[in-house]
Amino acid sequence: MDVNLTLVIVCAALVGCGVYLLLERSLTRVLVGLVLLSNGVNIMFLVASGRAGTSPLVGSSDPEDMADPLPQALVLTAIVITLGTIAFLLAMAHRSWQINGNDDVQDDTEDAAIRKLAYDDATSDSYGLTTDGQHEDDPEEDGAV
Amino acid sequence: MSDTMNSLVPLPVLLPLLGAGAALMLSKRPQAQRAVTFGVLVAIVVIAAFLLVAADQHGPQVVWLGGWTDIGIALVADRLAALMLLVSAVVTLAVLAYSIGQGMTGDEAETPVSIYHPTFLVLVAGVSNAFLAGDLFNLFVSFEMLLFSSYVLLTLGGTATRIRAGTIYVVINVVSSMLFLVSLAAVYAAVGTLNMAQISQRVAELPDSVSLTLQLLLLVTFSIKAAVFPLSLWLPDSYPTAPAPVTAVFAGLLTKVGVYAIIRLQTLMFPDSPLTDLLLWVALATMLIGILGAIAQSDIKRMLSFTLVSHIGYMIFGIALATGAGLSGAIFYVAHHITIQTALFLVVGLIERRAGSTALLRLGGLARLAPVLGVLFFIPAMNLAGIPPLSGFLGKVGLLQAGLAEGSFAAIVLVAGGTLTSLLTLYAVAKTWALAFWRSPAQAHEMMRALPGEQDPAAEAGSATPHMVRHRGHVHVGSVAFGESDLDDARRVADDDSSDKDLYQLIQEDALPQHLPYWMTVPAAGLVAVSLAITVVAGPLFAYTDRAATDLLDGTPYLSAVLGEDAP
Repeated sequence: MDVNLTLVIVCAALVGCGVYLLLERSLTRVLVGLVLLSNGVNIMFLVASGRAGTSPLVGSSDPEDMADPLPQALVLTAIVITLGTIAFLLAMAHRSWQINGNDDVQDDTEDAAIRKLAYDDATSDSYGLTTDGQHEDDPEEDGAV
Repeated sequence: MSDTMNSLVPLPVLLPLLGAGAALMLSKRPQAQRAVTFGVLVAIVVIAAFLLVAADQHGPQVVWLGGWTDIGIALVADRLAALMLLVSAVVTLAVLAYSIGQGMTGDEAETPVSIYHPTFLVLVAGVSNAFLAGDLFNLFVSFEMLLFSSYVLLTLGGTATRIRAGTIYVVINVVSSMLFLVSLAAVYAAVGTLNMAQISQRVAELPDSVSLTLQLLLLVTFSIKAAVFPLSLWLPDSYPTAPAPVTAVFAGLLTKVGVYAIIRLQTLMFPDSPLTDLLLWVALATMLIGILGAIAQSDIKRMLSFTLVSHIGYMIFGIALATGAGLSGAIFYVAHHITIQTALFLVVGLIERRAGSTALLRLGGLARLAPVLGVLFFIPAMNLAGIPPLSGFLGKVGLLQAGLAEGSFAAIVLVAGGTLTSLLTLYAVAKTWALAFWRSPAQAHEMMRALPGEQDPAAEAGSATPHMVRHRGHVHVGSVAFGESDLDDARRVADDDSSDKDLYQLIQEDALPQHLPYWMTVPAAGLVAVSLAITVVAGPLFAYTDRAATDLLDGTPYLSAVLGEDAP
């Protein structure tokens, strides 16, 4: 199968930037990352469809020369789904901003508890100063809701 | 006969979608809306039962939508799909009845009522479509349908905790959808089709490395949905915050859709590459880490969410063996677990309603306060732990026997791990039982007052309280560990001025509802009865899952039904 190198590079760049943004804490950036990622993935479908060709309308040209129409239909479906998802995420970011004054993705409570334990151990092992159950300068407490 | 049955196949998808539209139009008339939703789900149960019989007696029922044979989208109801469809239809019906009883409508002032029923129907359509899909892209679309309605249901009302949990859930699932799309593009590039039966035929011609890549891509995607360790970490954080019926239907169905997709992937699309070792170790990790998480929880909902993850491991165990007995055990276990997990979450919703909380810290004496609730919790809880003669025991025995028959080192380790997990599950639910149901509310209150300890030395000196040990920021009382957030809770409740009360105080003030809400109890009891019925019909059901597993391993019935004469 012939592959269009430009498409591959564009796809890789979009997906790379998308993943980078997805790892951010702000939901708005996650959203932008998602947009980039989904566009990258959609281009991947164009790569998968193979060589570009004439429009796939019956009788307009030789079937051998036509582009494969199926991936285009799949991409259309994917675009519509992504549109809905992004609208929903935007609404959630807005709601999060209404409630918390920011749209940061909050800590997983379990995760925060585990990190807290790790933090407690580190201080008590090195200094032996803290007694159990006291966490005056815990870094997690500031962000807690 | 077969032709009329054929035309039933699209209905489990079509009816709920049409029903969702109707329910949306009727949003001003709640009575009519409920009637439509309920009627649709009853119809699906009946249709699914017909499909089950048809698939069992006449082989897989196939419909090419729009009549585009071989190039269109196929819906296939074989034995496995029909069974899943029936179980999910029964469960969703019970959950819907429960939420109507709860008066989802108006229960919480800020909940936008009118969208609950339409969204629930779209969820049902998505789940049905996922079970019937004979085409990977259709599977993707059905995942999106059910995920989208799950986003809405999970963040219903938009409270702070639900938005927090919902954000994580949505982002994780969006990423997994993207991964699914990447896999689809790769599969299409490699084999030029997305029809599962055609993929199954063409994949053999691919180089091993390519087909393995495709398989692993899809496996990771489905594992996120199924909450297989290490891709399970999102689940216990997001599920418990939703309203009880929503958590129940998510816990029962959504992960099982992932498991179902893994079964299809491993048996239909890539039958020659069972990945037994990989999946066995993953199953072991899922079981053990899940159940260890469950033991550490001090809230019933969170505990159940962790057991949900843990018991996904049993199903993966059965799939990994790739033998008839293993698959049969896995399918049986899926059917059993959908019912049982949903029933448990519904009962927990009842507990929350009756006692005002699901935190073990605040509960006590429920067995005396509400004996019906005790029975309703006890039966599915013991079933979950696998106490004979209940279906959980039978399912586990089936899987463990399959593991022993396989006989490899990894399989034997898994058998041991499965037994251990079962015992630890018993421990986790017994702990819940002892704290929430057996001790008296006064004892619970005493312990709660003593918990913060250092603030109130007088209470600590009271010798009536059980022995407490402080360790790494947790307080251990007997076998239960209470973390920092629980201690904060305890301090708040112990403070007499605060409006935050535990069960004991609520009983003193007579602030609790006197009875279980009848229309919520009946559906929950009905589902518990269904789970008992699975025990009673375990013989025929196991015979059925055996036939389904034989079909899956053989592959021919499915392939020849979909591909017609072209099948090998």
